[in-house]
Amino acid sequence: MEAVADNRAGSTAIIALTMAAGMVLAVMPLPGSVPPELGYLRPDWVVMVLIYWIIALPHRVGIVTAWGTGLIVDVLLGSLLGQHALAYIVIAYVASSLYQRLRMFTVWQQALVVFAMLGMNRLIIFWTESIAGLAQWNMWYLLPAVSGALLWPVVFLMLRAMRRKLNVS
Amino acid sequence: MLGLGLLSIALMFVDHVTGWLDGTRAVMTVAVTPVIVIADLPRRSTRGLGELFSSRGNLRGRISQLESELILLRVKTEKMAALTVENNRLRGLLGSAAKLQDNVLVAELIGVNPDPEDQQVVIDKGSADNVYVGQPVLDARGLMGQVMEVSQFTSRVLLISDQTHSIPVQVMRSNLRLIAQGTGIDQQLELLHVNFTADIKVGDQLLSSGLGNRFPAGYPVGVVDRVDYEPGKPFAEVIARPSARLERTRHVLLVFTESRSPSANSDTGNSDGSSG
Repeated sequence: MEAVADNRAGSTAIIALTMAAGMVLAVMPLPGSVPPELGYLRPDWVVMVLIYWIIALPHRVGIVTAWGTGLIVDVLLGSLLGQHALAYIVIAYVASSLYQRLRMFTVWQQALVVFAMLGMNRLIIFWTESIAGLAQWNMWYLLPAVSGALLWPVVFLMLRAMRRKLNVS
Repeated sequence: MLGLGLLSIALMFVDHVTGWLDGTRAVMTVAVTPVIVIADLPRRSTRGLGELFSSRGNLRGRISQLESELILLRVKTEKMAALTVENNRLRGLLGSAAKLQDNVLVAELIGVNPDPEDQQVVIDKGSADNVYVGQPVLDARGLMGQVMEVSQFTSRVLLISDQTHSIPVQVMRSNLRLIAQGTGIDQQLELLHVNFTADIKVGDQLLSSGLGNRFPAGYPVGVVDRVDYEPGKPFAEVIARPSARLERTRHVLLVFTESRSPSANSDTGNSDGSSG
């Protein structure tokens, strides 16, 4: 298993796989018994995975990857092409500027920064949607940033364990 | 980054204002379909598990219940076929064109838009089955919505409960014609521009009126839940509950209105129960 990611292709595959897992979580339907309002608590999994890889491997995953991922998410969610792409490249820019400092932080300090980035992600998406006339503000809009920040330690530790064990580089 | 940012904004603009990117989106959706299918697996398998753990008694009971429902429905559709023939004969006497049968295609819900504000679902039929944009979709209980985006194997359906969707309806009892707009809230449709003097009350059935040629006429849309007259407001506030189960339904029907037909290898039926 350790040999899987020793070459570039293997690493790319694993990074892509974690992104795909994030996307699956992003669209997984809530069970019917749960009120649909709970959907507001769904964190932006794809953004969190993206932020992790930018911090961990800034020379592999950067703004272009973020843009491509954003486009795929746009197709997945049926939003305007380029909407999530735009939000993701802004996040990627911030993350890649801060990666050295973020590596020094504890997980919970990182979570605070991640909260800010997730909030920025939601705000950019809301801004583009309201320009297109498609959205109105409601107070739950930033909730995914909160849930995402709270779940960040889990995501970080899991992805880090995966990266180390599989020697992703 | 600036370049990509400007490109994104340009893409959004083009996508919002024109339809040029629809083809690209359709192709990309095919690539993304596995994600939707995988995300649907847990829900699908819990259904399967539920069936696995059902006792034989339960399953047999369910089968006999379905069999008796089926007999009742068959009798009703036989009667409806006779009524349709008579209706067409009478229309012929009046000089009106005969009403054609609508072809229907069964599809399954494989995804729900994760954003609670957007009422959209994804179904497992696409352009390979001749699904087209604007096609009406209904479930066993009533009209659900219309197809808004088609890719090869899947399509995206905008539900009548979405804020951006309106459907022309007719009150069954009084023939009053109104428009039912989605509110984004589950189980709530708002009837627009209802006069204070309009003949409408709680419990009234709403059917599609067929105006606008988007939805076929006569399919159930909802039931009036609440009628509020507030002095000072120009119109009455009337809220209706949709008949269809919307996001909670499992199977849906796609209606092919007269000029269109499903592709040859799909499993189709006629809306009166006969197949082929």
